[in-house]
Amino acid sequence: MQSVPFAPDVFTWPSDQPQLIGSRCAGCAATTFPMQSSCPRCGSVEMERRLLPRRGTLWAWTTQEFLPKAPYAGGETEATFKPYGVGVVQLGDEVKVEARLTTADPDVLKFGGEVELTIFPFRMDGDTEVVSFAFKPV
Amino acid sequence: MEDVAIIGVGLHPFGRFGTKSAIEMGAEAIRMALADAGAEWKDVQFAFGGSYEVDNPDAVVSLLGATGIPFMDVYNGCATAGTALELTADTIRMGKYDIGVAVGMDKHLPGAFTGDPVHYAAPSWYGENGQFLTTKFFAMKIHRYMYDHGISHETLAKVAAKNFRNGALNPKAYRRNPMSEEQILGSRMLNYPLTQYMFCSPDEGAAAVIMCKASIAHRFTSTPIYMKANALRTRRYGAYEVHSSWASVEPEVASTVHASKAAYEMAGIGPEDVDVAQLQDTDAGAEIIHMAENGLCQDGDQEKMVADGATEIGGRLPINTDGGLIANGEPIGASGIRQIHELVLQLRGQAGDRQIPGSPRVGYAQLYGAPGTAGVSIVTT
Repeated sequence: MQSVPFAPDVFTWPSDQPQLIGSRCAGCAATTFPMQSSCPRCGSVEMERRLLPRRGTLWAWTTQEFLPKAPYAGGETEATFKPYGVGVVQLGDEVKVEARLTTADPDVLKFGGEVELTIFPFRMDGDTEVVSFAFKPV
Repeated sequence: MEDVAIIGVGLHPFGRFGTKSAIEMGAEAIRMALADAGAEWKDVQFAFGGSYEVDNPDAVVSLLGATGIPFMDVYNGCATAGTALELTADTIRMGKYDIGVAVGMDKHLPGAFTGDPVHYAAPSWYGENGQFLTTKFFAMKIHRYMYDHGISHETLAKVAAKNFRNGALNPKAYRRNPMSEEQILGSRMLNYPLTQYMFCSPDEGAAAVIMCKASIAHRFTSTPIYMKANALRTRRYGAYEVHSSWASVEPEVASTVHASKAAYEMAGIGPEDVDVAQLQDTDAGAEIIHMAENGLCQDGDQEKMVADGATEIGGRLPINTDGGLIANGEPIGASGIRQIHELVLQLRGQAGDRQIPGSPRVGYAQLYGAPGTAGVSIVTT
């Protein structure tokens, strides 16, 4: 079955070791996720593509326990929706990124806990599996 | 620079009002503010109107009298009303006009706000992936804050319960039923650690305030309240704010901290002088964080302050005496003008069952919302 990323230029795919795709300012080294064309710190338009570390630590987390309205495109209904976790993950000394987490269990999620990037099946578009990214407690 | 006096305030109740339009509510709020000021619509020389849902708040002139005045429409997320207040006051401060009105009105659908993330400089997949939710942001922020500063789940519930209690004393509030801490903690978890009754909800309503050059305020009222400071700030590099897909490793404080400092400086007073505050309580956690971000306590002090009742109507620093957003809901354009309405009533001693004791002199109002925009106003007797 074909599996495609839910959006281009968010993570490397297909890959055994997927990485988030950020950008770094050639002038002041500010790092963003996802890529953007100009620097949020100094305004420079010299931004370079940068692959971010696959592992990081959980800086903050919560759970999403109700079905979001559009533009959410997970394809669930009220009946099939399962809560998911959302966290802010610090990747080395480069950047903190916000991402879904593979679990919404408060007993599993820990501040400072180590997490790793994973790609997961997000929804089906006909016969095509659409994949998204999340961090998984290690 | 001219000093600015508030001579009239008007508040259309917040809640659900069937087919009544936001424009009609806005016109009623302005009529109430005019009556409070003893002024007439033809006295008003200019206006700023704020709304999220209404494209042209200036359309209220069709209901009040099409006098041809300059009427500027503004939108700035949850800080929309702060923007209307600041621009109205500044227009008088710089001497362009003598009397103006700031009005806000909105009529939202039920449920959490949504929109197109692209308009917030976030990628479109941010919404598709289920991250474009303000509730999630506030939950994440208070959760980290609780971890850093020792705030308990019970304190979240106490703050929400206080605001429901205060709302029960406010005939114009949306939610007027007191709720126990147990009910609040036991309600549906929406975004851990925040449960359903710890959140405000979008609703409908309108509010208006009439301001004038301080030197002519005596023509209208013997109890003018002075608009001493207005400050709006946007997010700084790297801060984790609403609708951020990333933040910098090095910490940066929220925009509220910068708006607050600027407002205190402009007013020439400090947080120790504040007698009553209206803070953006999108959720109970936001009220707790905003206490510290506005300099009203140190990080972590909230646990004891709330337990001791310091923020109750009879406490040493009453907060959200009209029930805040939790009891009133949030019609975005009107929300911050509701705060000023409440502060004016409190400083005049006209707040009825929810009047704080003593002779309060300084009132403080703060708004915060997407995409990391904060507005602060300070009023005094």
